[in-house]
Amino acid sequence: MAAEHAPNASEYIVHHLTHLNSLGHKQAALVDWTVYHLDTLFWSVSLGLLAVLILARAAAKATSGVPGRFQAAVEILVEMVESQSKSIVHGDRSFIAPLALTVFVWIFFMNAMDLLPLDALPNIWAWIFGVAGHDASHAYMRVVPTADLNATLGMSLGVLLLCLYYNVKIKGFGGWMHELFTAPFGSHPLLYPVNFAMQMIEFVAKTVSHGMRLFGNMYAGELIFMLIALMGAAWAGTAGSGLLWLGGVFAGTVWAIFHILIITLQAFIFMMLTLVYIGQAHESH
Amino acid sequence: MNLNATLFAQLVVFLILAWFTMKFVWPPIMKALDERAGKIADGLAAADKAKTDLAHAEKKAAEELRKARESAAEFRSGAEKQVAQLLEEARTEAARIISAAREAAEAEAGTASQRAKEALREHVATLAVAGAERILRREINAQAHAELLTQLKSEL
Repeated sequence: MAAEHAPNASEYIVHHLTHLNSLGHKQAALVDWTVYHLDTLFWSVSLGLLAVLILARAAAKATSGVPGRFQAAVEILVEMVESQSKSIVHGDRSFIAPLALTVFVWIFFMNAMDLLPLDALPNIWAWIFGVAGHDASHAYMRVVPTADLNATLGMSLGVLLLCLYYNVKIKGFGGWMHELFTAPFGSHPLLYPVNFAMQMIEFVAKTVSHGMRLFGNMYAGELIFMLIALMGAAWAGTAGSGLLWLGGVFAGTVWAIFHILIITLQAFIFMMLTLVYIGQAHESH
Repeated sequence: MNLNATLFAQLVVFLILAWFTMKFVWPPIMKALDERAGKIADGLAAADKAKTDLAHAEKKAAEELRKARESAAEFRSGAEKQVAQLLEEARTEAARIISAAREAAEAEAGTASQRAKEALREHVATLAVAGAERILRREINAQAHAELLTQLKSEL
């Protein structure tokens, strides 16, 4: 922080949770479709490109002979996704399996931004912001795109669109409409509205929970890193604060190691749910 | 935690990345994997075939060896049999030759004794004639008494 006064705990956390957006200041309204989160877009697009380029590099050098370690690692990943998608989605998977691979690798990369030192990238950005002649204390930067609800809901909305597309593609528009009104309770004119309402609730619940699950996990993980950082920052030269500093180092280590599991697991869960939802669009009730 | 247009941008990025993966990442890797699986399957099949070929060849070699042994034994017993047969034939031949020689000798001996007897008869006849001549003190016509002498000769 280049500001004259050190921020207190509340200011520190609020600063870290504020997005760099196209407004230049914190978005006031809960929903505003004219605003963009520039940091989320920058990091998610960069990491997405990194992910697909790494995969494309492996694909370009892929041989059917003896694979190198890099190729073998990518192949293990591809085989994992392929076997999962094969067991869940019954039908043409020429788009769905690559989609699942993209989802897994991309979300893993975005989640992994959580493991970088909490203040490293924001401080670099604050320095650039200050050099560019702006007030560095208003240099906002959140580096974990999946801790932004827009990013995760954007992806789950993409999955919803694919579900709708495959519903129509597999069952035909008429068949899908028939299913919307007759499943899950049965085909009776009195049950049509109930069935339809249930189907709508199902779609909304699936999509919202899909995006919210990833967001919630990553947001909470990020917040805990901030609290641990605050604990470590409490060092002021006294014995008690020294213990706090040690506690910060210990907690930070433990949480980071545990977070390796969480970021992988959340990426895997998002991929599996993507496959399950698209797989459901392939099955008739 | 605000909702804004980032959401739709993220949606579009999501679909573009998935499309990129489908187009440029997935097919080459799957192709390589499938090809390798095929190669491994071929290799395993070839190894299997080689193994059965080897077993087959070993079996064949053992069979050939057994046949060779058998035929050698057959040759040996055949040769032994032939030798025995030759020996037997030679013995028979020798026995035949010996008996033939003996027969010939016997026959020759018989003829010789016959001839000696004949000669003796002639001699006896002559002696008898000479004796009779001397006894009768007269000339006896040999021709006139040939019949008598021949009769005498055959009676000897």
